[in-house]
Amino acid sequence: MEQENKDHLVKALDVDVRFDGRKKLQYRDITVESGVYKNAEGSAKVTIGGTEVLAGVKMEVREPYPDSPDEGTIMVGAELIPLSNPEFELGRPSIQAIELARVVDRGIRESGMIDFKKLCIKEGEKVWVVSIDIIPMNDEGNLFDASALAALVAVKNAVFPKLDGDKIDYSEKTKNKLPLNKEPISVTVLKIGKHFIVDPTITEEAKIDARLMVSFGEDETIHAMQKGGETPLTADDLKEMVKIAKTKSKELRKFV
Amino acid sequence: MNYKKRLDGRKFDELRPIEAKAGVIARADGSGYFKIGNTIAYAAVYGPRELYPRFMQNPEKGIIRVNYNMLPFSSKGNRVRPGGSRRSQEISMVTEKALLPVLDLSEFPNSVIDIFIELPQTDAGTRCAGICAASIALADAGITMKDMVSSISVGRVDDQVVVDLNYDEEAYDAPVADVPLAFLNKSKEISLLQMDGDITEEQLFKAVEMGKKACEKISKIQREALKNKYK
Amino acid sequence: MSKLLVKERDVVVPGEDIVEGMDYLPSKGTYREGDKIVASQLGLVRIDGKVIKVIPLSGKYAPKRGDTVIGKVIDVLMSGWRIDIDSAYSAMLGLKEATSSFIARGADLTKYYDIGEYIAVNITNVTSQKLIDVSMRGPGLRKLEGGCFIEVNTSKVPRIIGKQGSMISMIKQATDCRVIVGQNGIVWISGTPEMEAIAIDVIKKIAKEAHIPGLTDTIQTYLDKKVPKKKIVEPKAEEQEKKPEVKDTEEKKETPSKEEKK
Repeated sequence: MEQENKDHLVKALDVDVRFDGRKKLQYRDITVESGVYKNAEGSAKVTIGGTEVLAGVKMEVREPYPDSPDEGTIMVGAELIPLSNPEFELGRPSIQAIELARVVDRGIRESGMIDFKKLCIKEGEKVWVVSIDIIPMNDEGNLFDASALAALVAVKNAVFPKLDGDKIDYSEKTKNKLPLNKEPISVTVLKIGKHFIVDPTITEEAKIDARLMVSFGEDETIHAMQKGGETPLTADDLKEMVKIAKTKSKELRKFV
Repeated sequence: MNYKKRLDGRKFDELRPIEAKAGVIARADGSGYFKIGNTIAYAAVYGPRELYPRFMQNPEKGIIRVNYNMLPFSSKGNRVRPGGSRRSQEISMVTEKALLPVLDLSEFPNSVIDIFIELPQTDAGTRCAGICAASIALADAGITMKDMVSSISVGRVDDQVVVDLNYDEEAYDAPVADVPLAFLNKSKEISLLQMDGDITEEQLFKAVEMGKKACEKISKIQREALKNKYK
Repeated sequence: MSKLLVKERDVVVPGEDIVEGMDYLPSKGTYREGDKIVASQLGLVRIDGKVIKVIPLSGKYAPKRGDTVIGKVIDVLMSGWRIDIDSAYSAMLGLKEATSSFIARGADLTKYYDIGEYIAVNITNVTSQKLIDVSMRGPGLRKLEGGCFIEVNTSKVPRIIGKQGSMISMIKQATDCRVIVGQNGIVWISGTPEMEAIAIDVIKKIAKEAHIPGLTDTIQTYLDKKVPKKKIVEPKAEEQEKKPEVKDTEEKKETPSKEEKK
């Protein structure tokens, strides 16, 4: 792990140099694997530099909510397990874990990526519940982008298990994929001093002023956003950050 | 009824294919990966590090804490609800006891070594795979230990004594016994022993002997994993 | 007659037999069991005459009296500062040991060293209960301002320093960075941003390949590729090589870095 103070970081960014030799708007190497774990209905492993995140999909059958009897639903969970970072602790999910899960959830839910009506088995009685769980295995920064990417790839990879009357036969997978409408890609842009960067390391994350996650569909529609950090953003900051996110989302899309 | 041939075609004393690695989690002080058949375990070691709350500290020597956890999507059946269960707490405790005999913690009074075991995919034998991964992780973390620990489950399926039962065998429709074991590599002492099902004394002792032999093979694979990191 | 079961510099794992017979003596990282010497730590076998040692390849830093380490201030107390030295235990820097000037009772200690700041300190005492005292009285011991820090495993420190400091002076020369290596594996690097990034990259490479022979040549080649040929060869090189392990060369540099001016 590296350490440096903020002044030092900003001075280096003035000449477009980052600790690991990268430029401000450069991602670390990205790898994406899908279908890595066979007990999950869908799974993915994404690495961005040293950061490694798993996502797994499990499907269960439940009764629908009374206000939407013909719709299934999704659930996104994230566990910041202490195996992946010495700062993470056991116990109840931290606010960081909850934010991560909710941000990924919104990217998927609000984009209409999954048509909930197609998750209906029998109206008012049985619908599919799709659980997407995100687990970092090694946290060296930028869990947001890695998690969103892993969740997308895992969902794309998922197939329904066999439904035997009321019971699911998990040992048999069907060939039916989850019906997907959109494939949103999330990019997080960070502001440090007057600089914008993407794909922060842990050290950089600790020094940022503001953070903006933007989720883009293929058609460049924005589906979800989340501002973080303690410093407010100007409208110009926002314009610049969205622009960066859009460009970078196209880069990330190649990995899906 | 006779169990003449194993469901997956293995010999009765044959292990499922094993893959092991050391140093798989960069941020940890030490880590291990152990895959046996379709069961996959990761273990990370953090420490020795300062232990809080203070009342948990032992001024004589360091302590270890183990947390065993199945990931939500790891099971063949329903999603595993996060947050731990009575089962995972018990397994964490027996894992701790399985590893403790080889550790020398006298140099680390008041400190803790944390061992986190995570299973992204399971097909029986998870606590044993966790112990094997944790033993690799502890050595990888440079912890002083007089020996390594290897672990395997043995048992009986119908009239046959077998090693390394998989999920289908555990669920086989006949008398089944599952005996997870851990052996200290040099002394061959047993540091984990649990059992459920039904088994005769004769079958049990035969199973333990088979487990001991199996652990010799596993031990070699664990050692290779550590050495391969420095090749 | 004793029998060596492994060779010098072989990697051994805990529980592995190294020697059979009573002619050798077990030292660090090993223990005797019956007529055997057995490894108790993952590491490289070192055969020193009749003494058998295992040099660890990993593990937390074990504080030793006399070591110079780099630490981070994590707490400011009435009586001094608590310093994280990247070991299982934090260290204590007392008022008297902190500076050569007098600190009045009740003074604002954060004016001297504040939380989050890094300092180079010397370990003066380690008790059996692992209470660690450090001091800043001594040459080169001071607050480290500007620059950046990386953590490498303490077992890699000798390789990063090199024989008589050869590796570290090679890096300093090529990158023009000031570098201090603490025995605890924390390295301070200060130079231009570009050169700092190169120095970090090279030090990480050394840490990764520390167990591989012929490292100096590999690193020289690597540095030559990364850093375009320098215009002037600095005559200071030889002088630096003779320097003992952890010493700052700051005094020798003509141009103090901007961050240092305060």
